[in-house]
This record gives sequence, C-alpha cells and structure tokens, in this order.
Amino acid sequence: MKRIAVFLLIALFACQFVFAGGKAESASGEKEIVIGVFEPQTGENGGGGFQEVLGIRYANKVYPTVTIGGETYKVRLVEADNKSDKTEAVTAAQSLISSGASVIIGSYGSGVSIAAGDIFLDNKVPAIGASCTNPQVTFGNDYYFRVCFLDPFQGTVMANYAWQEGAKKAAVITQLGDDYSSGLGNFFKRAFLELGGNVVSEQQFQTNTTDFKSILTNIKAAAPDVIFAPSSIATAPLIIKQARELGITAKIMAGDTWENSSIIENAGASAEGVVLSTFFDDADPATEEAAKFITGFKTYLVENKQPDIIPAVSALGYDAYLVALAAIEAANSTEGPAIRDALVKVSVEGVTGKIVFDENGDADKDLAFIKVIQNGQFKFLKTVSVL
Amino acid sequence: MSITTFLQHCLTGISLGGAYGLIAIGYTLVYGILRLINFAHGDIFMMAGYFMIFALASFPWPVSIVITLVITTTMGVVIERLAYKPLRTSPRMSIMISAIGVSYLLQNLATYLFTAIPRGYPDIPLLKRIFHIGELSASLVTLMTPVLTIVLVALLIILVNKTKTGMAMRAASKDFETAKLMGININRIITITFAIGSLLAGIGSILYFTDRMSVTPFSGTLPGLKCFVAAVFGGIGNIPGAVIGGFFIGIVETLLVALGYSTFSDAFTFLLLIVMLLVKPTGLFGEKTVEKV
Repeated sequence: MKRIAVFLLIALFACQFVFAGGKAESASGEKEIVIGVFEPQTGENGGGGFQEVLGIRYANKVYPTVTIGGETYKVRLVEADNKSDKTEAVTAAQSLISSGASVIIGSYGSGVSIAAGDIFLDNKVPAIGASCTNPQVTFGNDYYFRVCFLDPFQGTVMANYAWQEGAKKAAVITQLGDDYSSGLGNFFKRAFLELGGNVVSEQQFQTNTTDFKSILTNIKAAAPDVIFAPSSIATAPLIIKQARELGITAKIMAGDTWENSSIIENAGASAEGVVLSTFFDDADPATEEAAKFITGFKTYLVENKQPDIIPAVSALGYDAYLVALAAIEAANSTEGPAIRDALVKVSVEGVTGKIVFDENGDADKDLAFIKVIQNGQFKFLKTVSVL
Repeated sequence: MSITTFLQHCLTGISLGGAYGLIAIGYTLVYGILRLINFAHGDIFMMAGYFMIFALASFPWPVSIVITLVITTTMGVVIERLAYKPLRTSPRMSIMISAIGVSYLLQNLATYLFTAIPRGYPDIPLLKRIFHIGELSASLVTLMTPVLTIVLVALLIILVNKTKTGMAMRAASKDFETAKLMGININRIITITFAIGSLLAGIGSILYFTDRMSVTPFSGTLPGLKCFVAAVFGGIGNIPGAVIGGFFIGIVETLLVALGYSTFSDAFTFLLLIVMLLVKPTGLFGEKTVEKV
C-alpha cells in the first residue's frame, strides 16, 4: 500500500517534469517573443490583479503576433503570480526574467512593483506598469514605465472634488505598509490642507483587518464631512458597511482600486453615494480602440464567467500590452535595452486615451474620471483635470 | 475620548472577543485530547463562511444556518479521518505538519473554487437589525455574540462534566492508553471532539462574518492564529480559559486600535503569546502537567 503510494508520487513528479519540459519548447518552430505578466492572482490583491490579467490576455487574443525585422513573431504570455506580497514579488520577477521575457507588464499594486523594480532594471528588461499609481514605481528607474496617472494627481483630484462639494473636514483611512494606500492618503491630505480644509482624523489599519469599527468609532467622534479611504477591494465593502452601521453619514471617497463591481455586490445599499476616481469610463469611449475594446471585452468577460462591467484595470492592462507591442515593433528587436529606447518615444492610441511617456516613464495623463455609486452601478459624475 | 465612544469601543471588543472565544474552544478541545494544534481550524472557520454564502443563495436563513453547521461539522470530522487519524501513531510532529498541510490545502482550494475576490456575506435581516441605546448603535449580532458564546460554553462545560461522553473525553485527555483499556471507544470520542470544535467554529463563523460581511480564502488565517493565542493564553486544554482568552484579546485589540496604535494591535496578540510562554507556559488556568515515567 505504502509502496504503491510512493510509486504514484514519483510517477506524478515525473509527469510534471515531462509536461513542464514540453511547455518550454516552442510548439511548432515558429518564432516567438515572450511578454511577462507580473500580477498578483492570489493574496490580498488577487481579485484586482486577475482582472488586469484578463485585460492582458484579451489583448493577446486580439493581437497575437508582432512583426520584427519583417518576420512574424508569436507573442507568448508568461504569467507569474506575485501573490500581493513584496517578497514573493522578487521571486516572481526573477522567474519571469529567467523565462526569457523581453518586456514585463504589471503589476496591480504599487508595493510589489516597487519591490521588483530593481530586478527589471538590473536585467535590463523594461517593465510597463498598468495600474500602479505610486510615483516611486518609475522614479529613478529607467526601465519602469506606466500607462496610468499618478497618485499625487489622483489625490489632488479627490481633494479638489471634496472641497468643491463643500467639505471642510476630512478623515483619512490608510493601510499600514501599503505604498498605494498610504501614498495616496498622504497626497490627498496635502492637497486638502492646501485648499484650506482640515484633516480631523487620520486612522491606519493593518493588512487583512476585517474589523474597522474601532477606527470608525474614532472617526465618528471627529465628525468629518468626508472620509477618504484608499484601500484594496477586499477592504472597501467592510469600511463602507461598518461606517454606515455605526451611523456615520459622511461621504466616503477612495481611489481607483474601488472601481470594482464586487464592492457594490458586497456592500449593497450601503455603497450608494460612494465617490471614487478612475482611469476609464466605458460609457464614453475616448478612442476608436476603446469602442472596439468595450464590445469585444464584454463578451470576453462573460466567457470567463465575470460580471460584464469593464474594470478600469482591465482597460489599462490592455493598453500596457498595446504599448509593449508598439515598442517591440518600433525597436525591431527582442532585446530589452532596444525596447526600452523605443518605449521612450512611443505614442499609442489606447483604450484609456493617448499614451506618451514623460522623462520619468509616466504616461502623460491629466484626466481622471470621477464616478459615484448610484442604484448599484458606477455612474459617471465628471471628468477632472488638474495641472 | 468621550464616554460614548469608549462604550462603543468596549461593545465592539466584547463582541469580537466572543467570536474569538468560540473559535478558541476548537483549538483547546482538540489539543486537550490529541495534543494536536489543529492549524486547519481557522480555515474550517473560513470555509463555513463560504458554505453560508452558498446556502443562503437558495434557502431561507434558518435552514441555511442548519445546513452550514451540518456541513462544517462533517468537514471537521472528515478532515480528522483523512489527514490525522492515519498519523495517530506517528510522532506528534507529523500530525501537526499534516494539519498545516490541510490548512494550506483549504486556503488554496478556496482560492481555486471561489477566487480571491472577496465574496459578500449575505445579510440576515434579523441579525442585522440595528439598535440604538442612547448614543450607542449596534446590530443585534454584535449584542448577541457575547451572550451566545457564554451560553454555548456553559452548555459545553455541562457536557464535559456531567455526561458520560464528557467523562470519556476527560478520560481520553488524561491518558489515551488507559482510557482505551477502560473500554472507551477512542475513535468515537475524537470524532465527537472534532465535531464539537467544528460546530462552534461554524457558529463563530456565522456571528463573525455577519458582522464583518465579506469572506476571502484568507479570512480564516489571522483570526485562527489569534484564537490559538487565546487558547494558549487561557491555558490550552482549558475550556473557560480559552473563552476568557478570546474576550481578553478581542477587547485589548479593539482598544489598542481605538487609541491609535493599530500598528501594534496584531503585534500585541503575538507578543502576548511569547510573554505567556516565557512566564507561565501553562496559561492562566492551565493545569500543571506532571511527566510520568
């Protein structure tokens, strides 16, 4: 009995090697180029990361090939799960490098992108972030680019919005050790103070916290007009519901991560009136590519058993892939440094608008969409651009 | 901090503590009998959350609660049968490692089956009714959790001290071999132990998630660890101790966050574990064990 079990185990391992070996070889001898997908598919940001991956996979389905030096190369995606964890991110990044990726796309979550940045830089493989909004991701890293706007911009947008709505007192909730959350919270605070507002309460919580009642009770005591709580999708419904349960009526606001239908699903009626900023509005396609993307991707979402509301991060993932292809074609090479040099000059009409990179490698975007949750839907409120 | 705010914090803390207490009993019971720290317990708690979500999708809530509790209890027993029983004669370390394996298996199974996107825990309207007592506001479940915990613990203590099954459980926890020789069906007792532990985890899960509203495959990890600390703090193997430990950790944690030290709220729990093990390894109410030769 035991011997059979051991034998089976060995057989199982052997199979794994055989199949793994088969995968690594190019199937039919046609030329291929590898694009690494560096995203969290499990862990705290697993949900959002997966949506970004879907955008990238869909882009790969729409544009499966790229032309280099007159020859058609097949684009193969290699996905590595960074598990929403800064340590795992380094391992995942290394595994992508060793799989021979020419360009990397990702990641959802600024913290993991910052952690892996040096690895991409040292190996001279350019990376294109899709939705990581913290300035530190690209700052001082010649090989990191990104297609979305930045947190200082986003924080200012939300602070301006709050101020225009007549809010004088704000409370800020941020997640400890999360670069996205604490960064965006800080930029909001700075902008709101500059406008003449007052931040009456600053609260922090630990990763994986599920009980926000104590920090919310403190906030209730400070009686703010708005609560700014940039945080992960997992956290959002908890904060919203528990705040309403404690009888807090202040307007709740957050950043781009909150544009996710699972939040409405989970928070239900309590989510009504929540305001957030985002990258993309599917009711108002900015470009031709966007119109095409919206119809095609909705079907793709349904095929993948997802709700047919397009998450902004999927659109950004798609754009990052387009930018990668454009850069590879412009570089006419599969080599990292050549692609990087091409990225600096690339200009792409993406789903989320025109993408050109500035000297830091950040997309030159100055437009944010503010949305509000109304009747269980994200409703477009207005676009804001700040200089 | 005004008195209302303080009372509101206390209410939150006591309610959280009640849920912790229920889960901590599961650790303590299993440890008492098998000398095994069932690391999968927190994940059973998490799975119970998912069972409830799916049950509520097609049944009214009283039926769903029954279904959830039955499935959770069965799962606890099945896990024992498959992953722990075959190892009962192996060194204690193997069975513990098996428990860690089960824990990761459940987490990743849940990630695979239900994805890592948090699932909303459905509202049970009756439990979510919000009460206002002066300036305080709390839902029924918040008020009910500590009361229910104390009632269940009282029942459990009666079961352990007054019934024949309870006597057999105590005998098994004192001396496995002798209990066997006395004609006690050890397998049955262990099954009952796991069933009770999982049942309480199921109840704890309903109370905890109704108040916290979303379940992810990792929702069980941290509460699980904290309840383990609660069990150690109260003296592992001791039922009232585990509950008091649960309340203590729940309240202190909430107050730490309330005072603005959320950085240290988790650290506190584990610091408590270390200090307790250094100063009084048997816990607050633990019995001194005498090594028999």
